[in-house]
Amino acid sequence: MTITEDREAQAPDAPAGEVGKARRRKEDQRLITGRTRWTDNIQLPGMLHLAMVRSPFAHATISSIDAAEAKGAPGVIGVFTGEDLKDIQGVNITAWPVSPDQKTPDHLPVAVSHVAHAGEIVAVVVARSAAEARDAAELVDVDYDELPAVLDLKEAAKDEVLAHPDLGTNKSATWQLDSAGQGSGGDVDEAIAKARDGGIVIEREYRQQRLIPAFMEPRSTVVDPTGEQVTMWSATQIPHVLRFCIAATTGLPESKIRVIAPDVGGGFGGKLQTTPEEFATLAVARKLGKPCKFTETRSETMVSGHHGRDQWQKLTLSAEKDGTVTGLKVELMADLGAYAAIVGGGVPVLGAWMFNSIYKFGAYQFNTTNYYTNKTWVDAYRGAGRPEATYAIERLMDELAVEVGVDPLEIREKNWIKHEEFPFTTVAGMTYDSGNYEAATAKARELFGYDELRAEQKRRRESNDPVQLGLGVSTFTEMCGLAPSRILGALSYGAGGWESASIRMLATGTVEVVTGTSPHGQGHETAWSQIVADRLGVPFENVEVLHGDTQIAPKGMDSYGSRSLVVGGEAVLRAADKVIEKAKPIAAHLLEASVDDVEFKAGTFGVKGTDKGVTISEVALATWTGHNLPDGTEPSIDADATFDPDNFSFPHGTHLCAMEVDTETGATKMRKYVCVDDIGTIINPLIVEGQVHGGLVQGIAQALWEGAEYDDQGTLVTGSFVDYTLPTAADTISFVTDHTTSPSTYNTLGTKGVGEAGTIASTPAVVNAIVDAVRHLGVNDIVMPCTPERVWKAIQAGAAVTTEGERDAAPHFDEGAPNQDPASGASEGSDQ
Amino acid sequence: MIPAQFDYVAPTSVADAVAALAEHGDEAKVLAGGQSLLPILRMRLNAPGVVIDLGRIPELQGVTEDGDHLVIGAMTTYAAVLASEAVSAHAALLNKAIATVADPQIRHRGTVGGALVHADPAGDVGAPALALGAELVIAGSGGSTRTVAAEDFFEDLFTTAVGEGELLTQIRIPKHTGWGAHYEKFVRVSHQWSIVGVAATVRSEGGSIAEARVGLTNMGSTPLRARAVEEALVGKQATDEAVRSAVASVAEGTNPPSDLNGDADYRKHLATVLTRRAVLAAAGA
Repeated sequence: MTITEDREAQAPDAPAGEVGKARRRKEDQRLITGRTRWTDNIQLPGMLHLAMVRSPFAHATISSIDAAEAKGAPGVIGVFTGEDLKDIQGVNITAWPVSPDQKTPDHLPVAVSHVAHAGEIVAVVVARSAAEARDAAELVDVDYDELPAVLDLKEAAKDEVLAHPDLGTNKSATWQLDSAGQGSGGDVDEAIAKARDGGIVIEREYRQQRLIPAFMEPRSTVVDPTGEQVTMWSATQIPHVLRFCIAATTGLPESKIRVIAPDVGGGFGGKLQTTPEEFATLAVARKLGKPCKFTETRSETMVSGHHGRDQWQKLTLSAEKDGTVTGLKVELMADLGAYAAIVGGGVPVLGAWMFNSIYKFGAYQFNTTNYYTNKTWVDAYRGAGRPEATYAIERLMDELAVEVGVDPLEIREKNWIKHEEFPFTTVAGMTYDSGNYEAATAKARELFGYDELRAEQKRRRESNDPVQLGLGVSTFTEMCGLAPSRILGALSYGAGGWESASIRMLATGTVEVVTGTSPHGQGHETAWSQIVADRLGVPFENVEVLHGDTQIAPKGMDSYGSRSLVVGGEAVLRAADKVIEKAKPIAAHLLEASVDDVEFKAGTFGVKGTDKGVTISEVALATWTGHNLPDGTEPSIDADATFDPDNFSFPHGTHLCAMEVDTETGATKMRKYVCVDDIGTIINPLIVEGQVHGGLVQGIAQALWEGAEYDDQGTLVTGSFVDYTLPTAADTISFVTDHTTSPSTYNTLGTKGVGEAGTIASTPAVVNAIVDAVRHLGVNDIVMPCTPERVWKAIQAGAAVTTEGERDAAPHFDEGAPNQDPASGASEGSDQ
Repeated sequence: MIPAQFDYVAPTSVADAVAALAEHGDEAKVLAGGQSLLPILRMRLNAPGVVIDLGRIPELQGVTEDGDHLVIGAMTTYAAVLASEAVSAHAALLNKAIATVADPQIRHRGTVGGALVHADPAGDVGAPALALGAELVIAGSGGSTRTVAAEDFFEDLFTTAVGEGELLTQIRIPKHTGWGAHYEKFVRVSHQWSIVGVAATVRSEGGSIAEARVGLTNMGSTPLRARAVEEALVGKQATDEAVRSAVASVAEGTNPPSDLNGDADYRKHLATVLTRRAVLAAAGA
């Protein structure tokens, strides 16, 4: 894809207004050239530098720390242990205790006596330069008493080895959604029992491997304690939440804390966290009364930044003989790692409403049990709960299609919500407001050349071609735009889901937009400017978007969960409407007309039936001077708005993937990828295309390449990008992206959110395609990431099974079932 | 990613470099392209007292011809080798293998000599050097030089015949003019080290294989040469069937690693498939 000025100019159906225009992002010049303030670029007078001493052990008690030699090293100002900082360091809290009896170990930024994963901070070295701090960190002598570590999720469930002996169990919490219990559907056990007698029951267990968010900019924090106030710059997605958490746990008054997220280089959920490093830097800076900086290395990101996914999914789907789905039971085990992170146990819960997806199940039950292990903590990663759900259901629908003997698109169409049935309340109790699965699927099918690829697949099978072709389908939906505050409250989440905006009309006619969202690469400055330029009728160039500083944007809930546009963009729009409302009487006064006769259009207040008018910029100037306002009018047309949505938004789409599988080596190669997403109204097609492309690659990467692996000592084996195999552009193909549009009914512009769609949809499309390519060889599952070795071994194992009967007899949910241990890679294919 | 402190020396001649090595002994590490050494230093896996940078020694740069040999200076970058018409014409296998190394940035920094001396068995230069019968010229103290055959050069994991106080200066490759060549590299992502690689170069005569040379990457603690396969290929038609049977035993006696990318048995299977493909491609079949 080449992005040129031409592209901007030549968009075939370029709209007259700003919304819908493929504008290049106004923030990119400074971001790309580096003429900006990444946190690590910030240099303050007299600033000191930190290095962290981290535990090499997965589980240990700290018996002693000898920092004498480090304290004497060149340039060293001090060495601080958890004991030194314990009164002021605060604690890394979880915002979402999913059950009243959730077990939650204290997560101290700097461990005092106990470490629960390798990479945990045990001491902080402060020096005049980063190099001196790093050198001295090597000299800190920590004595550990190693404890047995629990590393495997299923082992953790046995409670034989405890990640936190004080808790007495590894189990954090269980959480259930039951359609019969809440009245949104039937009894799932009854549905399954009925299907066992003459219907179809599909039972599978799928693994969501552990992933490591790989944002481009490593995390960095600068803290400047000045008098009573403390300013923290941090590479974070959540400056407002961070400020709250600091106030809530350190004793610093919230009013004395200023948190700034300057330009932030990516997050993907990985910076939706309040980190031990942030709290440790704050504690040391306060202790010394000097500005301090900590910037992590990539190796530190890998062990200390939170990871994503890590679930086992036990699934039972029931259907009638003709493939009409009747019930779905989901039993998850979720690995939280060593601590409950900020969303923590809530991540698997976010999947609860999505396993049933676009299908009309009569009965549904979702259960998750969350466990602690001695591994890096786990939290939100692009999609958070919804990719896991989408993967499970879309894999299951392919299995159902095989069982019924129909095309996977046909089984989906048989069961999905028809476009005329919206709004539709699902078996999980969620009301989908809009969508058109038929339209998206029809368009995708045509762009893909589905029938021709099916014909090619048949030819390759018949000729026994060493390279087989498979087609994968994913007709996904997701819930995004976190979130209606009342729903969050009902779920015991610790905050609301509203978003805030302010619009300041400057005297010279330019506009400042303040948003509580906190962009970290998405292009909010451009998109918000487009919205405001249209609404107020001012030039795009005259709009400046301010964000990410709690002193400038005092209220906000930040950016995650595809919420910024659908919640934050709506707040911006509503603030603009309030500006217009406030300006109207002033305009009427200036025009010497009745307010009722004044109408606002394209930036001008006009008097009906005349050519008299005054622009909003002229009103802004008149308001600023205050020379001639109506009696009793406040000289301001600035406005604030806070928007709390009534519901989530539900983007959906049809993703089709063709994969070639080299049966001799197990190597897979993407042949074609088509996605038609319905994300409602599009503000900027260029930004959307970027979000979809990047999202797709992240989802495809889970299917093919990425996976965090530990050794039996609890050391992260994939601790660098040598072993944690991130794809690059060289590993991907050119995607075909398109859209259908069913506007959301829960916000004015009809937007739905696109930040996570590609990631959520693409993973099952790819795995479905690989399994489809080799299903005739006896394969019905391959554990992710589908490495060539796993694919090849699945084919070998499948070929070793000689009869259908033998394959059917293999127990699925048993301990020894072949897909239980992804590391063994022995025979993932024959587990039906 | 801050390395421990070290002193830095940048000699401008091989003689000065060897002298610096003699002076600093065990304390010194030699810096070629830095694509392996710098990450090692930055991750503090090694902390030498002195780094001797060979980047300013003109005599270690470039590709020249010496009768029936190509001579490649040890500090010649991958990119420079790729750009060399002499290498393409007379040692096509080296060109094909180097084209698969990592990414363009690394190919513009990394050097052929640095890779050979680093001797990572997953590196892509060792197998073609072995297959082409390269000779490695090593400089020692007092202006002495010695030449070691590639087969004697690789001793173990990260260990070569280059001794204490010595420097690799040249790679001499017998010209294989007119030989077909192919490097079959198996990776999961494009910038990765080889999971398995097979280097094959073939001289064809009238549709059959007159001579073949085959080297294996990452099938043991050093690059390997598959002599039995080379012999079995002589006189064979370049057909799938004939080559398949000739290479069937290529993995016998190898001892590849087991890691996240595949266990030893899978690698042995891969080596068999990839050797067939590499030979057929080299023979133009």
